Amino acid sequence: METSRHWRLRQQRYALVGEVCPNCDLKIFPPRDICPDCGHEARTLFQFSGRGEVYSHTTVYQAPAGHTEGAPYPLAIVQLEEGPLVTAQLTDLADRPVEIGMPVEMVTRKLRSDGERGILVYGYKFRPRLPQGQPG
Amino acid sequence: MNPSGQSRSSSNSGSAERPNGRSQVLVAGIGMTPVGEHWDVSLRNLALDAMNAAMEDAGGLRPDALYVANMLAPALSGQSHLGALLADFAGLRGIEAATVEAAGASGGVATRQAYLAVASGAVEAALVLGVEKVTDKDSGQVEAALATATDADYEAIQGVTAGAQAALLMRRYLYEHGAPQYALAGFSLVAHENAVANPNAMYRKAISLEQYSKAPMVSDPLNTFDAAPMADGAAALILTRADARQHSQSRPAVEIAGSAVATAAMAAHDLTDPLGLPAGAASVQAALARAAVQTEQIDLFELHDRFSIFAALSLEAAGFAERGGGWLLAKQAEISLNGRIPICTYGGSKARGEPGAATGIYQLAEAASQLQGRAGKNQVSEASVALVQCLGGAGATAATHVLRRVSNGI
Repeated sequence: METSRHWRLRQQRYALVGEVCPNCDLKIFPPRDICPDCGHEARTLFQFSGRGEVYSHTTVYQAPAGHTEGAPYPLAIVQLEEGPLVTAQLTDLADRPVEIGMPVEMVTRKLRSDGERGILVYGYKFRPRLPQGQPG
Repeated sequence: MNPSGQSRSSSNSGSAERPNGRSQVLVAGIGMTPVGEHWDVSLRNLALDAMNAAMEDAGGLRPDALYVANMLAPALSGQSHLGALLADFAGLRGIEAATVEAAGASGGVATRQAYLAVASGAVEAALVLGVEKVTDKDSGQVEAALATATDADYEAIQGVTAGAQAALLMRRYLYEHGAPQYALAGFSLVAHENAVANPNAMYRKAISLEQYSKAPMVSDPLNTFDAAPMADGAAALILTRADARQHSQSRPAVEIAGSAVATAAMAAHDLTDPLGLPAGAASVQAALARAAVQTEQIDLFELHDRFSIFAALSLEAAGFAERGGGWLLAKQAEISLNGRIPICTYGGSKARGEPGAATGIYQLAEAASQLQGRAGKNQVSEASVALVQCLGGAGATAATHVLRRVSNGI
């Protein structure tokens, strides 16, 4: 079941909470407590906007156990506007073709289900950015 | 035991001591089982076949330590503690033994542990075994087990697979370097061509560009011919000091001239430069420096073509191509057995088959065969220095070795 394991990650999964390095101002996601750039301790929380663009993408046809239900599914590395890359599924695409550079935004969706009695794991996915979601 | 030693390079004549005080470490024996779907063979019997072959090849030398490279037995066979299990099963009950795990780089990393133990003098002869048994479970279970080498909390939970990770890098690579759709096909074609004469290879059949272009997608743009098939396999090496080598061996000796392991961020999204293969580059530089070998002196490069994109990235990281130019080497004139820098000389992971943690041991055994001139139809002519590299995950671990022939005319 691993309930506590998923619960511990609720801020990251539901709200993209990472960290910012107080020394060099690097924005960090996923959180790692030590700045990968300058080595300074980095425990200051930082909430990302959820906006970014597609850095690379694919469709997974040979899904691992636990993810076969939704296969094939679109998967991407998204570059957040604050800098970090994050790996996530794409969603709400309809028939829209995915391209590198496509603007996307974070939404919360079901990530996996562990059978009828198992827990449902929710977390971030990214969808094409909607007009009202665009800055300015 | 042969205290006088009999196989030594002229620069080291009279002593097994290297200038830095470490002992010269030789590959005294190799053993490989065919890679494939071995429904009738268990994990331990597969391992036994490879260990017996290596010990026999080493003239019956009995090792005093066993290093097992394995990643998937806990997940796919419900079996950990392979060191004790396999030492005992091989008739070596009582010797020091343990498992070394570094995902797809396990074989190279285990070899480095054995090398360090022998070079230090703490171990006289070490047996390094790579073994993987994957066909007892269905493909979804195997994909999930392999995905444990990605970040469980931030990659695997999103449905990332090893193939998807490689596909994400491949698309970005093709985009950044303006490479055409079939830019990497040549890596697969040459691998299949080289496997035809390899009795241990899973797919001993050449393929055409047309077949490649029609292959179904695993994770677009990565198709089934870009992806090495996961399969059962076991391979083993005996490492020992030059002065402990069996007198009966008449073939050329092969030394581990350089050995290095480097790591990078494990998750692909955590790499500052996802296409840079920083661990690959760092381990090559360190291994070449220790061996005092220049890139131009390398006669063949056993790289880890788990997915075709990694052939391009490894060639770039090792200095055989400029950044973004690795795909331009995906043609016969460059990488076939008589090309400028032969790679995957027995078919690589693509066509020999990919037995996970055992891959690094197959690569080293194949390279040693080349340097000893016993590669038959796969022989690279006058091969005396080989570079051997295996990768874990999307290059998060890279283990690189330099093998060198040290007698018979050198």
